[in-house]
Order: sequence, then structure tokens, then C-alpha cells
Amino acid sequence: MNTTPSSAPGTGRQDRAQYGLAGLLGLIGAYTVYDASTLNVGFADPVGPRAFPYVIGTVLVGLAALLAVATARGDKPEAEEGEDVDLTHPADWATVAKLTATLVFTIATVDTLGWAISGAVLFVGSAWALGSRTLIRDVIVGFVMSVGSWYVFYVGLDIPLTPGVLDGVL
Amino acid sequence: MESLDLLLGGLEAAATPENLMWAAIGVLLGTFVGVLPGIGPAMAVALLLPVTYGLEPAQAFIMFAGIYYGGMYGGSTTSILLNTPGESSSVMTAIEGNKMAKRGRAAQALATAAIGSFIAGTIGTMLVVFLAPWLAGIAVEIGAPSYLAVTVLAMVLVTSVLGSSRLRGFIGLFLGLTIGLVGLDLNTAQARLNFDQPLLADRIDIVVVAVGVFALGEALWVAAHLRRKPLEIIPVSGQPWMGRDDFRRSWKPWLRGTALGFPFGAVPAGGAETPTFLSYVLERRLAKDGGEFGKGAIEGVAGPEAANNASAAGTFVPLLALGLPVTATATIMLAAFQSYGIEPGPQLMTDQSDLVWTLLASLLIGNLMLLVLNLPLAPLWAKLLRTPRPYLYAGILFFASLGAYAANQRPFDLVLLLVFGALGFMMRRFAIPVLPLILGVILGPLMELKFREALSLSDGEASGLVNEPLAVIVYAIVALAVVVPAVVRAVRGPTDPAEQKELVSR
Repeated sequence: MNTTPSSAPGTGRQDRAQYGLAGLLGLIGAYTVYDASTLNVGFADPVGPRAFPYVIGTVLVGLAALLAVATARGDKPEAEEGEDVDLTHPADWATVAKLTATLVFTIATVDTLGWAISGAVLFVGSAWALGSRTLIRDVIVGFVMSVGSWYVFYVGLDIPLTPGVLDGVL
Repeated sequence: MESLDLLLGGLEAAATPENLMWAAIGVLLGTFVGVLPGIGPAMAVALLLPVTYGLEPAQAFIMFAGIYYGGMYGGSTTSILLNTPGESSSVMTAIEGNKMAKRGRAAQALATAAIGSFIAGTIGTMLVVFLAPWLAGIAVEIGAPSYLAVTVLAMVLVTSVLGSSRLRGFIGLFLGLTIGLVGLDLNTAQARLNFDQPLLADRIDIVVVAVGVFALGEALWVAAHLRRKPLEIIPVSGQPWMGRDDFRRSWKPWLRGTALGFPFGAVPAGGAETPTFLSYVLERRLAKDGGEFGKGAIEGVAGPEAANNASAAGTFVPLLALGLPVTATATIMLAAFQSYGIEPGPQLMTDQSDLVWTLLASLLIGNLMLLVLNLPLAPLWAKLLRTPRPYLYAGILFFASLGAYAANQRPFDLVLLLVFGALGFMMRRFAIPVLPLILGVILGPLMELKFREALSLSDGEASGLVNEPLAVIVYAIVALAVVVPAVVRAVRGPTDPAEQKELVSR
């Protein structure tokens, strides 16, 4: 077990990023309250659609304030550990950005290119972003998985995933 | 004994060759996914949910039962062979299990985990068979106010008992409740929090939230912190089996673990962490002079593993009888029920009696299959731990996208997936627990419904929330629940500080 005290990012006395989180929570809470105020109250409904969002939004703003106070007092999160997680290094944002870009590409193309191609690109791109450098093998594995899953869904479960440009070929 | 007859009926329905095949597929898939490092039972069920889209409800639940138990067993395999457990519930198993493995007793550790899981799962499921109908019988009588109170209780318990920071627990819960607000209001059909997006007028699919927060969030989080050095994996030599002496030392911890685990699963007190911890401490105390503890004691694997599985079985009591999920896995199963148009709740036992008994019977079958299939397959599963990490996490991304996309086949769901993946990443960075969030997403709308129902009946008088004795009692328990965590900490106090730290850091 990794017993080293989790070296939460931010080595200073305060975890400044937590202020950002508190701000975001406050914003979500405030917007929830605002959004609820635009709703109409129905008939014969003593509570209406507003009460719940009012309560949730208000509490969220309160929690955001508490988090800000806790942060100011030096509270730090213990970031999550795991089998493959090594918290002793700073976060590797380049990899995260590459993965996100791959996923965005998939979102943009899945309707036109179809699942078999976009899914394979997703796998190959992610594997590459994560450090795999065996491109040919990655492409083969990616296509086997995407075409395989297409057929499992089509034949086994009667769900035709988008065929895209391969319509008629699959 | 009526329950036994119904269970036999369920066994008959579940034991057709086709259904047995679904159970076997479920067990194999569940174990496969569960063994992979970084994937816990909840993520396993969420990722495999789409596989059941094309199936009949009964077959889907049979497969689920297999996936559920398979995923749990896979998780313990990982924690015994690697020295870093994936799920909080297998932390305790890992302590002694890994030491056993290092001493060349990996096979025995896996065997005692498998047999202990089987025994605990079977006893636990039988207890569900008797308790759930009884509880549902009572629950049918309770009205909206009491139901609301019980929902609040579940949320408060799950949020405040678990994790090291209650503030972060409540942040998770209220973020989840906010996500649950998105979409059409149940009474007035006005869209809330939809940012004028017609696609958001439908409620957000819980599968997308779960897969995003669990699978994509985890993959992104690991990608940002990928271990540079490979982990030490202990090979399994020979078939997992136990000698006579191992059995002599294991059977009592199995039973004690079951006794500890089931009640914690059945009451919404926060899953398997507490009972596995208590079981470990108990076995350690009972061992003469500490026994082999610290050097790989089989009791320290047998007890917590049994407690883990018994508590997993116990979660079916509130899930089936009240429609209340208390673990992340149960929450996703509830979502699966809903996708078939089945509303879990007190009526479930009577309205969908066949289905429930088939599910319970398939839990028993899945449990048996797990034992039969996984003892011989353990060395094979161990090889899975060597999956190259780029492939593993690229695969998680691939299947997460497939799962989110397959349900409705619109790219917009993949956008949502990315948003919830980012949220999951953020939650891991800031140590916000995932379970309260998922619980908030699924219980929030239900809670609002009961809240409004209760107040409609009383014409808006606040007294309508507490006009049932049960509701008052439950709110009293909620008040206590805010005090109890302090007591729990006091109970845990006298143990080894190092373990304390390990447990708290989960």
C-alpha cells in the first residue's frame, strides 16, 4: 500500500485551486436559484417547481462558502490514489489534453464516419496519448474492437450503431 | 416458508440453459472487468450496462447478478496480487492478502477469498430472501412523509459516515441533486436548468453520469498521474486451493465476516468499508498473540472478504424493498431497473414478483458459478494484470464512449460524457466522494416527488411532512446520524494509527 501521505498538489500552506472550486460551486448554486425563479408555479400544487431548486441552490452556495473558509484555514484535499496512480509527480496535463482532443474528434465525427471508424480512432488516439508507440498493432486492435462491438450490438442485441460512411460495407 | 417456494420458482425460471449462459457470461465479463486494475464493481456494472440493452428484463438481471459478484471478486483478486487496492472495500483484504501472496501463498489467499465470498454471498442472499418481502410488507403501508424521511436518512448516512470530510460529502451530494434537477419538472412539465437546450429537457441519463464520473473521470485522472514504474505483480503458482489447516483457520472468520457485513449492507450506513474494517480488527484481536497478522494471516483475508460480500448482498434489502440504493453499484442497478420501466419500491415485490425472485435466484446461481469458474481460472485472471496501461485506459475510454453513445445514439450524449468526465476528474483532485453524487442524481427526483406529494396532501402545511409517527422516528435517527460518526471514530480510535491513516486516506 502506498502509505506516503498524499502529496496533494499545491505545496503551499493553502490549496489555492480549492478557491476556484468554491467559486464554481457558488456559481452553480446561484444559477440554480436564478433558473428556478424563472419558472411558473402551477395550479393546485402548494410546493411548485421552485422550492426544491431554491433549497438545493442555496445550500450549494452555503457549502461553497464553507469550503472557502476551510481552504483559508489550510484544509487540503487528499487526492485519490489507485493502482496506477502516482501522486508524487505533478499532473501531466499534456496527456489529458490529448485524450480530450481525441474524444472531441470522436464526438464530431461519429455521425458522419460511423462508430466503426470513430471508435477505432478513439482507441488508437487514446493509446497513443497514453504512451503506446506500436502504431500498427494499435490500429489493428482498435479496428477489431470497434468493428467487433458494432457487430455484437447489431447481431447480438439488435442495436444498429451508426454505420456512417461504411453503410453497406458492414 | 412462502419465500422459499417463491425462491424455488425463481430458481426454476433462472435455471434454463439459456439463462445459465447469460449468468456465465455475466460472471466472466464481470470478473474480467473487475480484475483490470482501476475498475471497481460500480464501474464494471456501469460499463457493462449497455450489453444488457437488447435483453429481456429477466435475462438482463440474471446477467447483472453475474456481473455484480464477478466484479467484486475480480476486485479482490487485484488487491491480493497487486499491493494497491482499487476499491475502498478491498483495502482490508489487501493488507494480509498481499503479504500472503508475497510468501508464495497467493493461491491460498485467492481460494479463501473465493470460498469466503461464496459462503457470505449465499448466506446473505438467503437473508435477503426472507427479509426483503417482510420489509416491503411494512413499507407498502408507509406514506409519502415517511418515505421522504427514509430517503433523507439514506442520504445523510451515506454522506456523513463515509469519507474523511463531511463537507466534501455534502458537496458531492448537492452537486448530484443539482444534476438531478436538470430536465422537465415532474408536475408542471417546465424544463429546469436546461440552458435552452432542447436536448437537456429530458432528464440526464444516469448511465451517462455514472460512466462519465466513474470511468472517464478515472481514466483522465490516471492519465494525469500515470505511474512511471510498473507495479510489482505476484504470480499465482498452481491452482488456488486450501489445505485442511487453511480451512480450519478460515471457516470461523468467514461466518463472523458474514455476520458483520450483512447488517451494514442492509441498513444504509455506507457499504462495505466499515464492516471489512471491523472484521479485520476482530480477527486480529481474536488471533492468539496476533497470530500471523502482519506476515500474511489467512484469517485477515477470509474475514474481510466475507464481510465485503455479505454487505453487497445486504444492499439488496433496501434496494428491492424500498427502492433505496446505498452503494454506487446498487445505484446503477436501480438505474437499470428504471430503464426497463420498473420502479423499485415497496410495490416491486408484489408487482414484479417473478422478476424479483428470478433476480434473487440468479444471485445464488451467479455466486455458485463464480466459485466454479474462478477457482480454476485465477491464474488466467492474474495475467490480465499485465495488460499494457495505454491499452487498458484507452479501452476504458472506448467502452465508456460506447456505453454513453449506444443508449440513444446521439453525439450529444458524448458531450455530456466529457462534461461528467471532467467533473469526475475534478472530484478526484479535490477528494469529493462519488457515491453521494450518484445517490443525489438518482434519489433527488424521487425525493422531490415525495416531498410534493406529502405537501399536496396537507395543502401546503409543513406539518404534512411529520404527520406520520415513522417519519418523526426517522428524522430523530437522522439527527442521531450526525452524532454517530463521532462515536464511530471513537470506536475506531484504539486501533493502530497506521491503519487508521490508510483507511481514512481512501
